[in-house]
Amino acid sequence: METQTNSRLAELYPMMRRIRTFEERVGELFVRGQSAGSMLHLSIGEEAAAVGVGAAMRDGDTFTTHHRGHGVFLARGADPRLMMAEIAGKETGYCSGKGGSMHIADMKLGHLGANAIVGGGIPSVVGAGLAARHKRSDSVSVAFFGDGATGQGVLYESMNMAALWRLPVLFVCINNQYGMGTRIDNATADPDLYKRAIPFGLKGAAVDGSDVEAVAEIAGEMIGDARAGKPGFLVVDCYRFYGHARMDKSPYRDDAEESEGRLRDPVIKARETLISRGEIDGSSLDEMDQNIAAEMDATIDFAADAREPQLDSIFDDVYDPSTPPPESVRGRLARILGQSQ
Amino acid sequence: MGKTTYRDALRQALSDSMTTDPNVVLIGEEVGRYGGAYGVTKSLIDEFGPERVIDTPISEPSIVGAAVGAAMSGLRPVAELMYVDFIGMTMDQLANQAAKIRYMFGGQIGVPMILRTQGGTGRSAGAQHSQSLEAYVMHTPGLRLAMPATVSDAYHLLRQSLAQPDPVVFIEHKALYATSGELDDQTPVAPWGKAHVPRQGDDLVIVTYSRQLHYAILAADKLAKDGIEATIIDLRTLNPLDIDTIRTHVERCGHAMVVSEGVMTAGVAAELAARISEECFDFLENPVIRIAGEDIPISVSPLLETNSVPTPELIADAARMMRS
Ligand SMILES: Cc1ncc(C[n+]2csc(CCOP(=O)(O)OP(=O)(O)O)c2C)c(N)n1
Ligand SMILES: [Mg+2]
Repeated sequence: METQTNSRLAELYPMMRRIRTFEERVGELFVRGQSAGSMLHLSIGEEAAAVGVGAAMRDGDTFTTHHRGHGVFLARGADPRLMMAEIAGKETGYCSGKGGSMHIADMKLGHLGANAIVGGGIPSVVGAGLAARHKRSDSVSVAFFGDGATGQGVLYESMNMAALWRLPVLFVCINNQYGMGTRIDNATADPDLYKRAIPFGLKGAAVDGSDVEAVAEIAGEMIGDARAGKPGFLVVDCYRFYGHARMDKSPYRDDAEESEGRLRDPVIKARETLISRGEIDGSSLDEMDQNIAAEMDATIDFAADAREPQLDSIFDDVYDPSTPPPESVRGRLARILGQSQ
Repeated sequence: MGKTTYRDALRQALSDSMTTDPNVVLIGEEVGRYGGAYGVTKSLIDEFGPERVIDTPISEPSIVGAAVGAAMSGLRPVAELMYVDFIGMTMDQLANQAAKIRYMFGGQIGVPMILRTQGGTGRSAGAQHSQSLEAYVMHTPGLRLAMPATVSDAYHLLRQSLAQPDPVVFIEHKALYATSGELDDQTPVAPWGKAHVPRQGDDLVIVTYSRQLHYAILAADKLAKDGIEATIIDLRTLNPLDIDTIRTHVERCGHAMVVSEGVMTAGVAAELAARISEECFDFLENPVIRIAGEDIPISVSPLLETNSVPTPELIADAARMMRS
C-alpha cells in the first residue's frame, strides 16, 4: 500500500537533486583545474527528462545519450564518483580516462554510450531493438538526444526503421530550446517536434519537462508500448539554464528569456509540490539536500585524488586485448634506425 | 597590417573576400550570430547580413551539399564544418559530388567551393573532436587541400583558396587560433601550391604542415644546439603538392623526415614518404622517416592526448637517431 511519503514524486525528487548538485560540482571541478578540458555540457534544467524517463526504464534496458548526458546516466544508476573521475580524465573513471564527459558509458548499467556527434547515438538503439527481438528478451532501448539532433537525417532513418520493424525502442528528444546559439525556431520552420514521428507511424508526444510526474507517466506508457513492439518519439520540453558549454555565457539570449526559462525548474517545482501537498516538510527536504551535497562534494575530491592513466595504457583497447596493440612510433623508430630508446 | 592572431587573420580573409566578391557566402552551424564555434566568423553577420552569412540547422551532409549546388549555380560558398571529425558525415557530398562533378560531367562545370574546418589535438576534446583527417581528403582526387600553419597563411592561403576553380578543403588547427604573428596582407610567403621554407640547414629535411610546423621549429632549435642543422618545409597545401621544393632540399641534405599529426598508417606522412623515396632514392642515406600520430584514437586525458601525436621531443629524438 502506498503511504503519503512514498508518493512517486517523493521517490523521484532525490535523484533530480542529485543530478542538479552533481552538475554544479562539475562546474567546480573545472574551476579547480581538475577537469579534462572545457567541453562540459551541464544538464541543469533537464533533470525531469532524465529522471522521469529513467524511472520508467527497467534493469536490462539499454540507452544512448548525447553530449549532455550526465543526468540520464545518474538516473540510470551511475556512481557519481566514477563519473567525476572520468570527467577529470582519470584512470579510475568509467572509461579509464579515455572518454571523458562526452564519451562516458557503462555496459553493466545498459549505457551504450554518450556521444559527441550530434545524432551519433540514435541508430544504435535500432540495433539494440533488433537484438532484443532476436534474443527474445523484453528489454527496451532508449535514445536520448537534443533538439539539435532533429536536424540530422539519421534520426528520421532510425525512426523509419523502428516503426517499420516494430522495434522495442523509444526516441527521447530533450528539447531545451537551443542547439548551441541557435534557438529551435531558427533551426526549423515547425518547432512542434513531436509531430515528426507521426508520418513514420510512430507514436509522438510532447510533455512538460518541468513536471517530473508528467514525464514519468507518459514515459511509462510509451516504454510499455515500446516493449510491446510499438516504438515512440517523446519530446520533453525544457530550458537550457546555462551556456552551451562551460565557456559559453549565452550572449545570444536575452535576460528576460533566461529568467523566464529558469522559472521552469523541475527541481524547485518538485520540492514546492512536495511541501504544498504536505508529503515532506521543508526541513526534511533541506536535510536530504545537504546529504546529497555532501555526497557530491566528495566526488570532487575523489576525482582530484584519483590516479592519472598510465602512459602505456595509450595503446590498450584499440583492439581486443587478446590481439597485439598497435606499434608505437618510438618503437618503430628504434627498430628501423637500429637503436633502443 | 601588423600583429594579429591566426583567428583574426582568417576572419580578415573572409571579410576581404566578401567585400571584393559579392558571390562569396558563408554557410554553416553557428557561423552567424554566434560568430563560429572558434570565433572565426565573429561579427561578419553584422557586416554582410544574414543572406550572406547563413546559420544552418545541425545538418552537415546538407550544408556541404548545399554548398556544392550553390557553387554550381554561380556563388562562391564557404561552408564551415565545425570539426573535421564530422567530415565522414559529409563524405558523400564531398567525395562523390563536389570532387567528381567536373570530371563526371565532362568538364562542363567546376565546383568552386571552400569547406573550412578545423582539426587536431590540444583541447582535451576527446576521440570525436580531436582528429586529423586530412588523409581522407588527400585520398580523394578532385579535392584541393590547404592547411595553414601561420598567421600569414591563415590570411593568404584562405584568399588563395577562394581564387581556386575547384573545391578546396581548408583545415585549420584548433590549437593555433590564439597564436599571433605579423601579417603583411599584401605579400604571401608563397603563391598557391608552393611550399615555404622557413629554415635552411644541411643535415636533414623536415617536411611538415599545420601545427607540426611549430613543433618542428622547436625541435630544430634544440637540434642546432647539438650541431644538427635542419631544413624545414611547410607544405601549406597538400594538394597541390610541391614536390619540386621537397626534392630540391632532400637531394641536398640526403636525410628526410616527414611530420604529421594525422595517424601514421596510410596517412599523409605515408604518402609523402613514398613520394620522397621514389623521387629522391639515389640521394637518400637513410630511409625516409615518418613521425606521425600513433595509430590510436585520441583520449580525453591530457596526458594521453599529448602523447598520441608527435611532440617536439619526439621529432628531435628521431632526428638525432637519423644523424647518429
Ligand atoms: C555532428 C555534429 N555537429 C555539430 C556538433 C557541434 N555541436 C555540439 S553540441 C551542438 C548543439 C546540440 O544541440 P542539441 O542537440 O539541442 O543538444 P543540447 O546541447 O541542447 O543539449 C553542436 C552544434 C557536433 N558535436 N556534432
Ligand atoms: Mg538543445
